[in-house]
Amino acid sequence: MIKQLLPATLLTLLLTVLLGLAYPLAMTGAAGALFPHQAHGSLIEKDGKVVGSTLIAQGFAKPEYFHPRPSATTDTDPADPTKTVPAPYNAANSGASNAAPTSKSYIEGTQALIEQVKAENPDARVALPIDLVTASASGLDPHISPQAAEYQLPRVAKARAIPEADLRAVVARLTEGRSFGILGEASVNVLKLNLALDGQWPQAK
Amino acid sequence: MNAAGILQIVVYFAVLTAGAIPLGAYMARVYSGERTWLDPVLGPIERVIYKVCFVKQDQEQHWTVYAFSALMFSVVGLLVMYAIMRLQALTPVQFNPAGQAAVAPDLAFNTAVSFTTNTNWQNYGGESTMAYLTQMLGMTVKNFTSAATGMAILVALVRGFARRQSKTVGNFYVDAVRSILYILLPLAVVVTLALVWQGMPQSFDAYTEATTLEGAKQVIAQGPVASQVAIKHLGTNGGGFFNANSAHPFENPTALSNLIEMAGELLISAGLVFAFARMIGDKRQGRALYVAMSVMLVIGIGVCYWAEAAGNPLVQAMGVDVASSDLAPGGNMEGKEVRFGIANSAIFAAATTGTSTGAVNAMHDSFTPIGGMVPMVNIMLGEVIFGGVGCGLHGMIVFVIVTVFIAGLMVGRTPEYLGKKMESREVKLAVLCILIFPLSILGFGAVAMVLPAGLAGMSAAGPHGLSEVLYAYTSATGNNGSAFGGLSGNTLFYNTTLAAAMLIGRFLIIVPTLAIAGSLAAKKIVPPSAGTFPTHGSLFIGLLIAVIVVIGGLTFFPVLALGPIVEHFALAAGTLF
Repeated sequence: MIKQLLPATLLTLLLTVLLGLAYPLAMTGAAGALFPHQAHGSLIEKDGKVVGSTLIAQGFAKPEYFHPRPSATTDTDPADPTKTVPAPYNAANSGASNAAPTSKSYIEGTQALIEQVKAENPDARVALPIDLVTASASGLDPHISPQAAEYQLPRVAKARAIPEADLRAVVARLTEGRSFGILGEASVNVLKLNLALDGQWPQAK
Repeated sequence: MNAAGILQIVVYFAVLTAGAIPLGAYMARVYSGERTWLDPVLGPIERVIYKVCFVKQDQEQHWTVYAFSALMFSVVGLLVMYAIMRLQALTPVQFNPAGQAAVAPDLAFNTAVSFTTNTNWQNYGGESTMAYLTQMLGMTVKNFTSAATGMAILVALVRGFARRQSKTVGNFYVDAVRSILYILLPLAVVVTLALVWQGMPQSFDAYTEATTLEGAKQVIAQGPVASQVAIKHLGTNGGGFFNANSAHPFENPTALSNLIEMAGELLISAGLVFAFARMIGDKRQGRALYVAMSVMLVIGIGVCYWAEAAGNPLVQAMGVDVASSDLAPGGNMEGKEVRFGIANSAIFAAATTGTSTGAVNAMHDSFTPIGGMVPMVNIMLGEVIFGGVGCGLHGMIVFVIVTVFIAGLMVGRTPEYLGKKMESREVKLAVLCILIFPLSILGFGAVAMVLPAGLAGMSAAGPHGLSEVLYAYTSATGNNGSAFGGLSGNTLFYNTTLAAAMLIGRFLIIVPTLAIAGSLAAKKIVPPSAGTFPTHGSLFIGLLIAVIVVIGGLTFFPVLALGPIVEHFALAAGTLF
């Protein structure tokens, strides 16, 4: 027993130091030196203040901004710490709806959401794509599909009083294709797009 | 389904196979104690570890001692990890900027068991529960050691085949240390840096407070993510740094990082198949198992992709465009991310459950009934579709023993595999390994279905609620760790019963497997004769797959019929719950 316990214990402690301290600290050093922007969360600053991360969705509700995908993230209920309350785009507690495909509340909620999105975009020129009315897996999906961008484009152009063609050119510039033409899906990063809009057509505050 | 999606599946297999073959050759050298090109760097470190830990490098162990060493190593690791979580409040602020408090006893126990057994089931959200230091000293370390334990068990079993009339099967500590130093750690370093390059954070910064363009406050959790995520995939662990696991943009930023993670979680398991073939000196045997595993994986990916691309018919009926094109992913996008779309979510779901990884890049709970049944069935078949590192192949070899036994019954000869006669003892032990699985899954599932504490955890009504509970015990027993996430598992009932299922699924299978190894090592090797059933041809591959599917099917079809299958027909008929 002791003959086995001793190496098991010593090895566990030694490996905890090697793999739990030395390895992550060395990786942090190397990552910070090689890829400092990514290692610190791909943050974007504007006028010296952090406005978000290019990889993390943030809430946009105003008509002059493109809207991200719905988010089902939650936060602790301030009134009762054992319960949670909806808190969309909560980047300190990622998560999905985990709704079942046959859930009554999910189907009814989706119906209501579709009607709301259609009402917000009365001039849409393409069919409503599924990604714009389904909650993402992380609740922080920074992308929408190119079709979802095109769907919202007339609304944004109208709210900013700019020609649709000019706006479409910006969207096209920021549309990312599949990696190497093969991997993943085409997408548009909502935060980068909205920052580009504010840069090109500044809004009166 | 479209051509672009199918091409991604082909690319995935090409990348995987191209990596697994050379890695297999390298791993065979590592386990045979031969020199490798990393020896000049790692050799001195290895020798220091043995010296400090009183490991006698040249002293081989009988299978019972080997098993006891593996158990001791796991028990000590479990206790250390439990202590780290219970003492979390003492963590210095630099390593706990979010000020996470001590983890509750039942949750800490469940989590310690979960990471020790390579399950990595999570009844907590990482960013809202664990300090950076806990993620490093606890989760990251266990990701290495639980993987190395599985690899060591496999190596012992392979030695059972390779040796003749031997009393010993190797030294557990040496096999575990060499797995970590020569295989897991070097790969983890490379993968960590690749993932950071793609956008994964690796820092000790406090959670960042941003002011969004619309003026709201957003707290962005981060941390030393990449170093943990790299080994989480390589070691088929799957426990996420963040609650959303590999769906979180920080835990899987791009389509390329997704490919790295998906290939990473199969790489070592697939490579071990080739290493096994080299160690027994017959490459054809490895090829046969690789084909059998790949065929089952491709079928799973195909069915899942088809079901998810078809989407939810009820949502489609509301006038939403679910067609996939170059401009939109289409299909069922609830609980999925745009950058991955449908094809990569299906590959990931099948790969993470074929292996015992259990990471997710899309939420299985929101899959269509058939799409969600694929990951569940993959685990139910015994985690042998490549499986966990080590565990997958030793599980597969158990099925091989049953297959040659059945083939032997058909022709009336004593079955043999790789020159070893499979006699009553080996076949009994193999069947024991197989029976433990349904006993735990269906047993615990049935208990949860009749106790109020079990029923309280379900978030969905109707057949989907049963699927959630069934998936939980399947995942725990299979040491997978993925979930139908709607289940509220952080309760005393689920924390303890799931922990029990994980321990059963790990150790009650390791011990009989090592017993087989010991029994085989002691046998002579008989040269193949005209009556030997060849185990490298397509006939054998077909028979092996049939045995796995029939055993899994007979065991689990009734309960699947009550869960996902009836839900599929309910969905088609428009019935809601």
